[in-house]
Order: sequence, then structure tokens, then C-alpha cells
Amino acid sequence: MRTKKILIITCGKFEKKTTNHVRESVTRVLGLATDLKECSLDVSEFYHPARRQYNADRLLETMSARAPVEYMKCMSLFRGDLFIPILTYIFGQAQLNGRIGIASPYRLRNELYGLKEDNNLMLERFSKVVLHELGHTFGLIHCKNTLCIMRSSTYMEDLDQKNTEFCRQCSEKLQVELDKVLHKH
Amino acid sequence: MAQQVSILIVDDEESVRDSLYNWFIDDGYDVDCAEDGKAALNKLESRDFDIVLADIKMPGIDGMELHKRVKALSREPVFIIMTAFASVDTAVQALKNGAYDYVTKPFDPDDLSHLIRNAAKQVQLEAENLNLKESISSLADVEDIIGESEALQKVLKDVEHIAQSSSSVIITGESGTGKELIARAIHSNSSRRYFPLISVHCGALTESLLESELFGHERGAFTGASFTRKGRFEMADGGTIFLDEIATISPKMQVELLRVLETKSFMRVGGNKELSSDFRVICATNRDLKAMVQTGTFREDLYYRLNVLNIKVPPLRERKEDIPLLVNHFIGKYCKSMSREKIVIEPAAMRYLANLDFPGNVRELENMIERAIVVGNGREVRLRDLPLGKEAINSSVESLDELEKKHIVKILDKYHWNISRSARALGVDRATLYNKIRKYELKEE
Repeated sequence: MRTKKILIITCGKFEKKTTNHVRESVTRVLGLATDLKECSLDVSEFYHPARRQYNADRLLETMSARAPVEYMKCMSLFRGDLFIPILTYIFGQAQLNGRIGIASPYRLRNELYGLKEDNNLMLERFSKVVLHELGHTFGLIHCKNTLCIMRSSTYMEDLDQKNTEFCRQCSEKLQVELDKVLHKH
Repeated sequence: MAQQVSILIVDDEESVRDSLYNWFIDDGYDVDCAEDGKAALNKLESRDFDIVLADIKMPGIDGMELHKRVKALSREPVFIIMTAFASVDTAVQALKNGAYDYVTKPFDPDDLSHLIRNAAKQVQLEAENLNLKESISSLADVEDIIGESEALQKVLKDVEHIAQSSSSVIITGESGTGKELIARAIHSNSSRRYFPLISVHCGALTESLLESELFGHERGAFTGASFTRKGRFEMADGGTIFLDEIATISPKMQVELLRVLETKSFMRVGGNKELSSDFRVICATNRDLKAMVQTGTFREDLYYRLNVLNIKVPPLRERKEDIPLLVNHFIGKYCKSMSREKIVIEPAAMRYLANLDFPGNVRELENMIERAIVVGNGREVRLRDLPLGKEAINSSVESLDELEKKHIVKILDKYHWNISRSARALGVDRATLYNKIRKYELKEE
């Protein structure tokens, strides 16, 4: 029997402040409770030395096999820089209409771009990435509304521009999907 | 738009295919993958794709070869080449071969999004362009050519074939049969349709005016020529020139016209510079040009130059089954232009019209309907609203020519031989009225 909860899995050391921010955002925006679990995955085997990045496709595949079946959706948080073979980097990715998503705050820090450190802004960005990927697991595709959290974001500016919420159209689609999932449970 | 664009990803690396597949699916595109060139061609043969994103290096058919083969497809997709090797040479070659763009793996996520968004825009613009072209040609072609009779359908079939060539055409048919509409249909279905169709009513102009009209004139070429003016041949460059009433042109103009048709070059009246123009000639006449050639009133060489293709438009009496359709068409047309609700026609009036011979052909029928709507009760077209019918019955012992002659004389007298007003009242153009005056040898008394 699955719970009506979302599981947040941390792979590597994350500050409590970070996980709390993510969990609160998920609960506030999706209206779903979360559980937190640490994972002792050895990420070195996903490391690509030439690119000095972690292969997100393989991480997603591995986490999919490890995700506890009792949770509605599972979101894994990694500290490293993620890539997929065709792209130079990604902030996160998820299975469309699936159960698993992954996200990393690596490229969300101001310092990486020579800007002044802003931890609160980084947390805000990270929660947006997590919610965006969870949106995909509920079947939502990229939205054209610049303020919607489902807007495709490839740059920091895109992330900062959008709100930490779904636009009306995406909210309606999400509600339909949530009703389906909750009804099934 | 994003939801409607289809993308085919062709790459021998599964991880690349999967990554791109997931990326584009998230963006709402319709995505499919092929592991090599052969599989891609199979997919492209079974359905259309808007965008093909293909790796340049693949076993068997590589990206460049795939592009060559894709270009032979009836509907060519936007083709984007991917490569892991940033080589300027291959990039240039791919673009020379007509590829839309060239990207180097791995992509910056933002570049990829922009690339596909722009390619999707290109697909959208091409589709819009095609739709507009189709709508333009369907608007301009046979809107007013109404009828389902075998005779008319044969004419329309001829129009379709003739439109494909650039040879000269002669359209023959009685006055009022719609020769100019046929000329317009030929032009608007030809490859020249985006250039002008220039009409010249040769019968309405004197020899010197026609010369100036066709060839243009330089400033000061003759009294009153205060400006340089382009001629109709010049204006028709790239398009079609329609010479109505070609049988009426003088022997001198026949020589001039023949020279222009042979060389496609001419000089403006009063000018000394040779000008050239690329036009197609369509002529129309209600006379028997061949007979005129035999009697020596029309040059044989010009006749053969013009008569490469010909269309004979049947008179209305030979396609009477089209009369009800035409009547309803004209009722709709005039009710609309008079901002009225569409009215109906009394069955007796329709029966009456369907039995008339209409010496003035479709034009005569059109004028009768227009008049009937104006004088009618606004609810239906009644038999009593068709006055010509009454006259036709009363004059049944006379020939149609006699009837036409009498009516023309009556109208000319009514308007004191003012040709423009009389022609308007008769519902014919001035050229036709002049022809009738000549034919019946009418003189003002």
C-alpha cells in the first residue's frame, strides 16, 4: 500500500536548512506531506572524469531501482554537477509520468558565476528545480508561461524569473493527476 | 505549435537518443527515434516529420548521406546535423547541402532549446506560406465560373492543362461567355500567378492609343504626353497580358504585335531604348480568326504565333443545364452587394429563364438578374421582374439578331448615342457596343 507522501532522498551531505526548505516548498505547493531519507549510494561510479560531472541518466536509472515502492513519488538530491550525454549540464531531470526525479544545487550557487553568495536565493532556486521535476513526474510538460514553475529553465535568470508555483493551467492539470493518484491510493 | 511539431532523432548512441527524447518530450514535441540512417528512412517513408536531428557519424548511412536521401522525399523536413567533432569543413558542407543548422555535441541546454524553437518556427512559417499560397490561388481562380455542364467542365480541364505552359493562348467564344474569366483562371493557376495580369481591351482603343497603351510612351512623344508612361507589356513583366478583342487591331498593330511576340522586346513611343519584358499572351475574340486570315484581314503569321493553344468557351445556349446554378449564383452575388437577405426565384421565372437562348450569354443573364432584384419586391424574383422575357415573347416571329438590333437602336436613341451610357444600360462594354454598331451598320440619324 502506497502512502500519499513524497520521499525526499539525499545522496551526500545536505544541510538541514536545505532539506527543510525543499520539503516545506513541496508541501506548500503540492499539498503533500514528505518524508526524508538519507541514501548511502557510492556516486563515484557515475562520475565522468573527462567531463568532471555525474551522469544523470544513470543516476536516475539507479534511483528508480532503489526507490521505495510505498511512496507516491521519490525525489533524489545530489550535490554534484549533473550532465546527460547530449547536454553540457542539467539542474535536474525526472521520468515524465513516472515516480522518480533527481536534482542538484551545484549550478544554482551565485559564486559559480562570480556573484556574491546568497544562500537564500540558492535555496529558492533549488526548491523550484525540485518542484519542476516533480511536476514532470505528474505528467506536466514545459509551460510557455514565463512565471510558471514548469517553464523550461536552462539559465539562472530563467529560474529567478519564475514563481515557486504552477500557473493556473498547469495547476488544473496537476490537480487532475493528483486526484487520480490519490484516488488510486 | 510546440505540441504539433514532430521530431525524429537519429543517432547510433542509445544514451544520446534517450537524452534528446526525454528533453523534447518534456517540451511537448512529438518525438521518435531511429538508431541509424536506414531505420530513419523507413520511419520517414511511413510518416512525415517536421524536424530531423541526425548524427553525422553513424555506421552505414551517415548523417550527410541521410540528408541527401531525405531531400528526395516529397515533404522535406528541417534537417539539423549533430556531430561530436567541431569541424568547420563538415559544417560548411552540411549547410551547403541545405541543412538548416549544425550543432556540436554536447549542447548547451539553452542552445538546444533555441535551435529547436527556431526550427519549429521555420516549420510553422513554411506551413503558413503554403496555406497562403493555396488560399491565394483558390481565391483568384474560378470563383465566377459557375456550372457543372460537360461543356464547361471540359473548358476548366483545358484551363488546368494550359495554365501549366507559357505558350500563347487564344480564347474564342461569343460575346458575354466569360472569356476574360477564363483568361484570369489560366493566369491564376499558372506559375506566373504572383505577377500581374494586365488586361487590354483592344476594341475600345484607336490605333495610336492602343500603341501608346501597349508600348508606353516617353515624355513629349506626342501632344498631351506630359509624362513618361509605362506600357502594358512592361507592366506585365513576369506575368500575363490579356488582349481582348484581338481581331479588331489594325494591320499596323498586327505587325508591331508580331514583332514583340517574337523578340519579347519593344520601344516606348517616342523612345530610343529597347526594353524587354517576360510575359505570356492570352488573346480573346468573338470572331473567326481563321476566316479572317483567309480573307486577308488578319495576318497569318500573327495568327499562328498566337494560336499555339486555344480554348473555345461554349455559349450559354449550349450549356443550358448551368442556367439554374448561374441564376442562384447571381441572386446571391447581387443580394450581397446590395446588402440584402438572399432571396429566392419563382419556379415559373426559373423555368422561363432556363428556356431562353441568351444571345448575350452569361452577361445577359447576369444583367437580367440584377435588374430583377432591383425592380422586384425584395422577397423573390418573379416572372414579371424579367421584362426582356416579355419582349422576347412578343418578337418571337423575328430573328434574335433583329431583336438585338432593335433593342440596341432603342437604347442608343434613348441616350442620344452616348456610347458609354448606352453600353452601361445594355450591360455590355463599349468595345462590344462598337462591334454591334459595326455589325448592324447602325448610324445616328
